[in-house]
Amino acid sequence: MPLLRIDDINLSFGGVKAINGVSINVGKGSIHAIIGPNGAGKTSIFNCISSVYKPQRGAVYFEDRKVTGMHPDRVTHLGIARTFQNIALFHHMTVLDNLMLGRHQFMKRGVLAGGIFLGPARTEEIENRKAVEDIIDFLEIENIRKKPVGTLAYGLRKRVELGRALALKPKLLLLDEPMAGMNLEEKEDMARFILDINEEWGVTILLIEHDLGVVMDISHRVSVLDFGVKISEGEPAEVANDPRVIKAYIGEDDDFLRDMEAR
Amino acid sequence: MQYCGDFRTTYEKDVKIFQTPFVKICMGFLGVALVALPFLVKGEYLWISMQIVIAVIGAVGLNILTGFTGQISLGQGAFLGVGAYTSAYITAKMGLPFWVGVPAAGCVTALAGMIFGIPSLRLKGLYLAIATLASQFILEWIFLRWEPVTGGSYGIVVPRPSIGGFVFDTDRSYYYVVLVIAAAMVLFATNLMRTRTGRAFMAVRDHYISAEIMGINLFKYRILSFAVSSFYAGVAGALYGHSLRYVSSEQFNIGVSIVYLAMIIIGGLGSIIGSIFGAVFMILLPQLLTVVTTQLGSSFPGIAEVAIALEQGIFGAIIIMFLIFEPDGLAHRWKMIKAYWKLYPFSY
Repeated sequence: MPLLRIDDINLSFGGVKAINGVSINVGKGSIHAIIGPNGAGKTSIFNCISSVYKPQRGAVYFEDRKVTGMHPDRVTHLGIARTFQNIALFHHMTVLDNLMLGRHQFMKRGVLAGGIFLGPARTEEIENRKAVEDIIDFLEIENIRKKPVGTLAYGLRKRVELGRALALKPKLLLLDEPMAGMNLEEKEDMARFILDINEEWGVTILLIEHDLGVVMDISHRVSVLDFGVKISEGEPAEVANDPRVIKAYIGEDDDFLRDMEAR
Repeated sequence: MQYCGDFRTTYEKDVKIFQTPFVKICMGFLGVALVALPFLVKGEYLWISMQIVIAVIGAVGLNILTGFTGQISLGQGAFLGVGAYTSAYITAKMGLPFWVGVPAAGCVTALAGMIFGIPSLRLKGLYLAIATLASQFILEWIFLRWEPVTGGSYGIVVPRPSIGGFVFDTDRSYYYVVLVIAAAMVLFATNLMRTRTGRAFMAVRDHYISAEIMGINLFKYRILSFAVSSFYAGVAGALYGHSLRYVSSEQFNIGVSIVYLAMIIIGGLGSIIGSIFGAVFMILLPQLLTVVTTQLGSSFPGIAEVAIALEQGIFGAIIIMFLIFEPDGLAHRWKMIKAYWKLYPFSY
């Protein structure tokens, strides 16, 4: 049984068909990548999974429960966490507070206990702080834990955002271009974190990434989208040699080049 | 063994509000100063001090909503009014004690805030500001027209609190009532903002979509923010009414809402200590200017009229200068000063 089942979803905005009958199964414990040219509908699929968008047809099932139509915050409670393409951290809060916010659903104390602080709320803060410190330790961001996120460099923000998603203790982690705009070293770090999260923490990962080298290296399975349609799926090696994928990325007929040569 | 520096080795130490002995001593001095204040100043100045303490409660409340949750409210004046009228009705017309009236004022205002906060689910930024402006006008209209409860344009005469036989009749004794309530509420707000609920508020402010995907129920926290904020406004309004011993609708007009908004902007949005600075600044400065201009007037009789006429203008100019040179508020300047002295005499 797949952990996540995307079942024939269709999503359109007015006349634009963003997703056109896409089905993807994500197996438990795998690293599954979604690739495709810009505008192929990759992020829209993520938004359907976290129920920010509601597809017009089809549905998304997580552990055989239908998530389509749920409130986004309820979906998170099921065990789906995500990061965003354009970093969506809480910029005026410190790294620590951002990660502690990720623990929101595991904390129970309300306004009264929080305001009085001594007693239950304090205990809860300290317990969750320990869980958060494990993540800080894992991501090697100890030195910036009290800094406001708005003051950090881009690569570090990406890392903090990954940490915040991890604080949710997800079963499924959605990563939207985790390596965009990073240099080689940062990419290598990020790839290592992703592999560790998958292997040591047993978190299933669904990722969107443009860096095909990284995708082919770390993922177990790859789905390729083009103009809202799934054009190929399989092991990285199979997908890389699929003529439809090559066509989507490079183009079919080199009319332009042939014309150039003819001159 | 003595270490040089501030080392926290456990999470228990890291969650303390007052981290170092030095800070504790400073807070002790502040406490003593606040308690001793009524013996040092009297008459009008004691009255002003009391109004500042009341305004601190209201400003902290508005900062929870606007500074921490990012929802601009132009209705703070009216919410103060709801609290004042509730407490006035309970104490003057129902004959219940002040100690019932003030918490009830908080709760009723919280309820009113939740109702008028419902538009915040759809509206953001300036649009929400206009929606809360509507709540200001609706409530003002109710204050004036619902005569059986509010006394209409006559207002309500309200008593000062009492315990047993002792009546907090003088400004000095009432100051202590206000001070204790304000201290408790400021501490409560400080704690609230650094725990789960406060973090959720700030998350909604900074990036509401991502807050929702982190598992925060936007509906719940937006309304909750209005409720907590209005509770503070209600208590502040009730204390204000009892300090004047009279409640009428013109005390809670749009001007009051704007002054409160100015307090938190000048003090620092999203900062509890900033709300305190802002309240002190906005109430003390006009009084200080009056003192200065009357002094000037008496020593140079020729410019007396001009100086008094310029008072409001100078007040406005000072506010503008503060916004230009200190856009992050007094709280930010306070942070810089602390950071400077922490490392003194080494600047790095």
